[in-house]
Amino acid sequence: MPEQLVFAMEVTLNGLMTGVMYSLVALGFVLIFKASGIFNYAQGVMALFAAMTLVGIQDGRVPFSHVINAIFGTHIYDFGWEVPALLAILLTVIVMIIFALLVQRFVFKHLVGQEPIILFMATIGLAYFLEGVSDLMWGSEIRNMDVGLPQGINDWIDVTTLEIFGYGFFIDNLDLAATLIAAILVMGLIAYSQYTKNGRAMRAVADDHQAALSVGISLNYVWILVWSLAGIVALVAGVMWGSKSGVQFSLSLIALKALPVLMLGGFTSIPGAIVGGMIIGVGEALFEFAIGPMIGGATENWFAYVLALLFLVFRPQGLFGEKIIERV
Amino acid sequence: MFYREAGDFKTSYSADSATFPILFDRYRYYLVLIVGAGIIPFVLNDYWANSILIPFLIYAIAAMGLNILTGYCGQVSLGTGGFMAVGAYTSYKLMTAFPGLDMISVTLLSGLMTAMVGLAFGLPSLRIKGFYLAVATLAAQFFLVWLFNKVGWFYNYSASGQISAPTRDFFYFTNIAVTGPSAESWAKYLFCFMFVFVLAWVARNLTRGSMGRQWMAIRDMDIAAEIIGVNPLKAKLTAFAVSSFYVGISGALLFTVYLGAVEVGEAYGITKSFLVLFMIIIGGLGSIFGSFAGAAFMVILPVFLRNFLTGTMNWDSALATHFEFVIVGGLIMFFLIVEPHGLARLWALVKDKLRLWPFPH
Repeated sequence: MPEQLVFAMEVTLNGLMTGVMYSLVALGFVLIFKASGIFNYAQGVMALFAAMTLVGIQDGRVPFSHVINAIFGTHIYDFGWEVPALLAILLTVIVMIIFALLVQRFVFKHLVGQEPIILFMATIGLAYFLEGVSDLMWGSEIRNMDVGLPQGINDWIDVTTLEIFGYGFFIDNLDLAATLIAAILVMGLIAYSQYTKNGRAMRAVADDHQAALSVGISLNYVWILVWSLAGIVALVAGVMWGSKSGVQFSLSLIALKALPVLMLGGFTSIPGAIVGGMIIGVGEALFEFAIGPMIGGATENWFAYVLALLFLVFRPQGLFGEKIIERV
Repeated sequence: MFYREAGDFKTSYSADSATFPILFDRYRYYLVLIVGAGIIPFVLNDYWANSILIPFLIYAIAAMGLNILTGYCGQVSLGTGGFMAVGAYTSYKLMTAFPGLDMISVTLLSGLMTAMVGLAFGLPSLRIKGFYLAVATLAAQFFLVWLFNKVGWFYNYSASGQISAPTRDFFYFTNIAVTGPSAESWAKYLFCFMFVFVLAWVARNLTRGSMGRQWMAIRDMDIAAEIIGVNPLKAKLTAFAVSSFYVGISGALLFTVYLGAVEVGEAYGITKSFLVLFMIIIGGLGSIFGSFAGAAFMVILPVFLRNFLTGTMNWDSALATHFEFVIVGGLIMFFLIVEPHGLARLWALVKDKLRLWPFPH
């Protein structure tokens, strides 16, 4: 087999894994958008916030320590204990649920019935707010995330591909774990929305607010529920990205990539988010591999957006989105 | 008491449809012009010029541009930073390729170039709407910044990848430098002021003319607008072109007059797009006055916070920056909840109250 083709296969596989990571962020968008029509720009920052909270709790840091120290002139930073990973994850989930409650109570409750674009801009405001809060809370240094996920090259794939192609593929264990977790998460979400009472309520609200309201479903409750779920998905995405490249501000920018993913897949479809993520992941990896060196590299900065833009011109609702019908 | 139309009789149609129908408003406008052009340049010091007035004027142009597109025509754009970069790099290429060219022509040509780029990126808006379009404009943002970063021709193959503005004149034979290290603050200030004045005047009249009414029809409901005979192609593309023209001029001025040397990812990144978007949300969507109010607010707030938090409270600057994020984000949400039309609407409310004051009934 020609060498270039083998390289391309490796690039494709790695792109596929990156794509799954994009999908993880995109999932959170879809959840909120389906249930409330809010296009939540803050999803990326929520992932950052969740990851920082998790690391902060694990290391036993005092929240807002910098602010407290600046105001009262004290020097407290740590509680002096370390929290085990599982307990820390549980605590972070609770924090994300509280966050969902607050967001619903203080922001989106007051914006019900506004135009979608106003809601979108409100979430941009929320993103800024949350970014500031997470920096104030935990400081802005780059942290290492360690929740016991496997890392480093996968030896088995390396050895097997070496035997078959004469060239060992470099596949990160972490990416494999992320793919597995994403698959579990998606199946869990689908099962949850199909077979539980809350899940059915969620789908009813996504279908028609008024009708859902009239059969006694509390919109407020469902919205808090989806924001909590989105927070949990954000936590998973934050853990994955954080383990991969450290918990830092750029995490929220990587999450911006979820936007073209959504545009490709359609805003309302969970499978769409997954497939869109994979197309973007593979597409940008292959483009960078094949054409990038000719035009200066770093094409992954914009390739996803341009691909989505071109795609939308031909199919404005995305791959799996519901057909857009407009009435006057 | 002074602020009312009673006794101010209009005797012609043009007087009746004046921009400032109330006498007091008109005098206030002249006063602002006199203070802005006749007094401030003489009392200006470098600190005020560089930290508040010049950035305010430059961002006001960008905010007007984005307001035309988003506030008047309803097309949300997150590509403002990228379009500003087009203006900046066009002006750089013009300044280095034609050393004899004066700054007024350079700036206007940069605006025109940006308008053309804006047109190209505006084409998808005919198919894509709402936040789909917002995300699509991100393509412009990231692609343009990448382009200026990677293609050496744009920065004349300089080793650092930065561009820096050489010294150039205000206009032919004037010998007043407005760019480069030797330019004086008052000249820079007046140069920006002139552009702001002309562009605001044009914007104000465009938006209340037939073109502006077409934009607003598209914004309020595009299908209905199409049915009553507004050509969506023409309306959307003119909005993109005019908006990009403004944004391009603003980007060019930001580079040539204000910063002097820029690195594209830093000066024209996605944060700049959001900054300008926040200006028009806080200032008021669909209002020229709102663009000014928002620009002033977003320029003064960080300066104030920095002075207050680091100066008075002795916080370290990183902490103050984070706090600024919290405040700005909180304010955006606050304004969208309480007053979606921003500072401009609050100002209009005050004026309505003033008309009746001190006898409210």
